[in-house]
Amino acid sequence: MIFGVDVASMILGGVAAGMVLFIVSVGLSVTMGLMGFVNLAHGGFAMLGGYVVAHAMKAWGLGFVPALVVGFAVIAALSAALERLLYARLYRATELDQVLFTIGLVFMMIASVTVLVGPENQPLTLPAYLRGQIDLGITRYRTYSVFLIVVGVLIVSGLWLVFERTRTGAQIRAAVDNRRMAESLGINIGRLFTLTFAFGSGMAALGGGLGAEFLGLDPQYALKYLVYFLIVVAVGGLGRVTGVFYAALLIGVLDFALKKYVPSGGTMFIYALTILLLLWRPQGLFGVKTT
Amino acid sequence: MTPGVVGWAEHPAAVALAGRHRLRPLEPIPWILALAFYFLFPKYLGFGTELLIMILFALSLDLVLGYAGIVTLGQAAFFGAGAYTVGILAKRGLWNEPITGLILAAAVAAAIGLGSGLVLLRTGGLTLLMLTLCTMALLEEGANLAHDYTGGFDGLDSLSITPLLGVFEFNPLYPKTQYLYVLAVLFVCFVFVRTLVYSPFGQSLTGIRENTLRMHAVGAPVRRRLVLSYALSAAIAGVAGGIWAQANAYVNLGTLGLDRAATVLIILVLGGYGRLYGAFVGAVAYMALAHFLSKVYPTAWQLGLGLLLVVIALFARNGILGIVEAAVRRRPRPMP
Repeated sequence: MIFGVDVASMILGGVAAGMVLFIVSVGLSVTMGLMGFVNLAHGGFAMLGGYVVAHAMKAWGLGFVPALVVGFAVIAALSAALERLLYARLYRATELDQVLFTIGLVFMMIASVTVLVGPENQPLTLPAYLRGQIDLGITRYRTYSVFLIVVGVLIVSGLWLVFERTRTGAQIRAAVDNRRMAESLGINIGRLFTLTFAFGSGMAALGGGLGAEFLGLDPQYALKYLVYFLIVVAVGGLGRVTGVFYAALLIGVLDFALKKYVPSGGTMFIYALTILLLLWRPQGLFGVKTT
Repeated sequence: MTPGVVGWAEHPAAVALAGRHRLRPLEPIPWILALAFYFLFPKYLGFGTELLIMILFALSLDLVLGYAGIVTLGQAAFFGAGAYTVGILAKRGLWNEPITGLILAAAVAAAIGLGSGLVLLRTGGLTLLMLTLCTMALLEEGANLAHDYTGGFDGLDSLSITPLLGVFEFNPLYPKTQYLYVLAVLFVCFVFVRTLVYSPFGQSLTGIRENTLRMHAVGAPVRRRLVLSYALSAAIAGVAGGIWAQANAYVNLGTLGLDRAATVLIILVLGGYGRLYGAFVGAVAYMALAHFLSKVYPTAWQLGLGLLLVVIALFARNGILGIVEAAVRRRPRPMP
């Protein structure tokens, strides 16, 4: 019975981490799938979002949830401006140019945050109602993890509805599958790009704020977790909301379990698995080959 | 007798094609400068050695990225492989001779390059980018775990290297020996890469970069060429890593990390890739800027570097050499 509880709490912890991974990575998946843009600055948006949330709580005395909303809005606006002014110039450029440009952006983000806030880790205090434990019947568990899971489920259902049931969602799916054809049908690709890019970066900011409690919040965040976000996207498939969701849960649980039972070899196992998976299915576990 | 055949050889295009590999008047300049540095700045030879090693490393990346067009984020995997080969052999007292140590480093790095290249180069684009990144992360994590051999996070320090050629004392206290040694190794590797890129093999690499489909169509063994160039580039990166370990007398996980891979990419792009001398120009510009700016204010350096990258990606895709070439081309030239 002890073992059963142990497994249950491990899965809960992993799923909570997976939710954060999903919230951060879903924007990256859509921008890479939709625009074919290698955006290595995505982790930077998550990092900046975390900082905005922390600042809004500390300096403006906002509650946790309103601060998250502010973080989303600020980063979405910032990224929309960046997309129009800079990213848009590089849509047709080579991958190398996109990689260089976004690495440059990450460096600038890290440096600015270091200058403005400082290089040390920023603690993020959770409100009282999210601290402590909650009784789930079979086991008591950390309230915050349960909160993350609820938020994650709400977000993925919302995104699924938008993606599958609205006009904009259909336009995005069409553009991911065949951009030229979508353009020929009169879909305004440029506007769609800006919209999804801003929304995806806003989601990253949300994830940065939600995950700061266990991922920490320091300037190096932008590069430290980038490989993880990229792995989630690569495994889930480009431009697939549900694929990224499953991939994030899979990697969240796997990472949590491996860190617990194989503290020293876990990360290596995830890298090896990703390599094998990408060789077997370059389009990812849930992706579909597109033209 | 057909006068046409004789005439072709004298055609300007044929002359230009046949003479591409010939030594140009500007080419000895970097080497003269490198020797001049030795005599003029004896106090900065440690810095100079580091600079030459970065040139060598960037040169290895130029072969795959600039000539074969393989976009990799994991070049530091081979640098680290070379560095750890020298480090582990020296630490265990198995092999302390510098020159043969480098050959071993090159062999190990080439083997890893060949093995991973055979598998990874089946893919392209974003998948390849991710795979090179993951391979490097895998090696880094592996080096971290194999604590008994690699020293884990702390790395291996105070490596003892036997005197060069059995005569010249070799350790960081003798920067003159190290500088000239690294310069000689760089020269040998450069001649090798230069010969390679002007050979038919190198030409076919450029062909693959420019139009893979057409190279398939004309019957070039595309994948074999790519894998071979990847392994050769890995060998040179291994030499750079090995010589870095010898010169610093230590190895750590930083030799394998994303930071180093990003740095070498930045250096090459800053100078201009696919140009042989881009590695030289880029490394000098980068290292000089880093050396002086980070002394002033480390964060300013990172901000400036980021800005520089954004500007290069947006406006100057061919780096410093590209700007120079464009400026030269704008000047009217007499027709040959």
